[in-house]
Amino acid sequence: MHIFEAIWTSFIASAGFGILFNVPRKAVIPGGICGMIGWLIFEGMSGNNQFDLVLATALASFVVAAISHLYARIYRMPVIIFSVSGIIPLVPGGGAYDTMRQLVENDYNEAIQLGSQTFLISGAIAFGLVLAGTILPIILRSTRTVK
Amino acid sequence: MLQNGAETYRVEDTITRLAQNYGMKAAQVFVTPTAIILSLFEKGRTMDYTKIVRIVDRSTDLHVVVLVNDLSRKVASESLSLDTARKELKKIEKTPEAYPAWVQTLAAILVSGCFALMFKGSWRDFMPAMIAGGAGYVVFLVIKRYISVRFFAELLAAFVIGLVAKLAITSGMGNQLDKIIIGAVMPLVPGVLITNAVRDLMAGHLVSGISLGAEAMLTAFAIGTGIAFVIVTL
Repeated sequence: MHIFEAIWTSFIASAGFGILFNVPRKAVIPGGICGMIGWLIFEGMSGNNQFDLVLATALASFVVAAISHLYARIYRMPVIIFSVSGIIPLVPGGGAYDTMRQLVENDYNEAIQLGSQTFLISGAIAFGLVLAGTILPIILRSTRTVK
Repeated sequence: MLQNGAETYRVEDTITRLAQNYGMKAAQVFVTPTAIILSLFEKGRTMDYTKIVRIVDRSTDLHVVVLVNDLSRKVASESLSLDTARKELKKIEKTPEAYPAWVQTLAAILVSGCFALMFKGSWRDFMPAMIAGGAGYVVFLVIKRYISVRFFAELLAAFVIGLVAKLAITSGMGNQLDKIIIGAVMPLVPGVLITNAVRDLMAGHLVSGISLGAEAMLTAFAIGTGIAFVIVTL
């Protein structure tokens, strides 16, 4: 995928999702930026099959969550406002759809294979989010005490 | 707040903070997606107050979450009186959704098109995905307003999306059926639910994590059924 194309599609998709979730107006653009960065990392890592999809997703969602924490501090809003639109591009909608489709066509082997991969990917998203949520406050606190 | 897609821990946190600010000695809160149970202990009293609040309707309106969050902070820092706080809450309850329906539909249209491209669809799939996504979202909004059967709106919206996508393929407008459907279905996907579910589970809120997960599963299943119906029958 062309990089320029990747940038604007992921930005619009994430920002649009912010609107669908009724995010405050100020937070729509930052949410879009979060999603864009996450998608670029994901595409960069998984694009040529260099890295595993699950690993790429975990790293991307970690970065998204980290940026969301920063934005949450700047705008004084809950983290979820930014992270929700940020992780949307990573959600394995395609995988879930393919799983469903194989199930419908009675191809259970393929369905289970795709389904477990989808499940792992959504687990990776949550892992990235939670990791950022626990590590970042610790780092921030320790830098403050050092000062 | 819980009705609008906040995380469980945020709700518990807010309630405890509010209770402490209004001079309660201790507060115990138990929050699940369908009910809030809280008891308050006042100083110098042997009895404590207990209350259960049943929650029936759930949707995602993060704007409200932000407003209530701000209010509870304000109570803590400026010590608002109970009456003003209650008035503010009433005002928040009455605020309309942050965006009118047509803006949301427009957003859904753009999101659908972009997702079709992101999942490696070709440019020929861009327009059909936008049309299918827009049609699906309109159906979703309208049905949700008039019929209160859960998951029904998602099912029918997914069915319409499948139908439009199939039409686009047979008329030669689109290229790959799969890409169009994936893109168009994305606005309906329960993204907030899934993340909140896993986060609650990891934070130890097992009950709410599992029930949110079940709700997300059912929603996804409704969408899948709607699409599958089109694929199998046509």
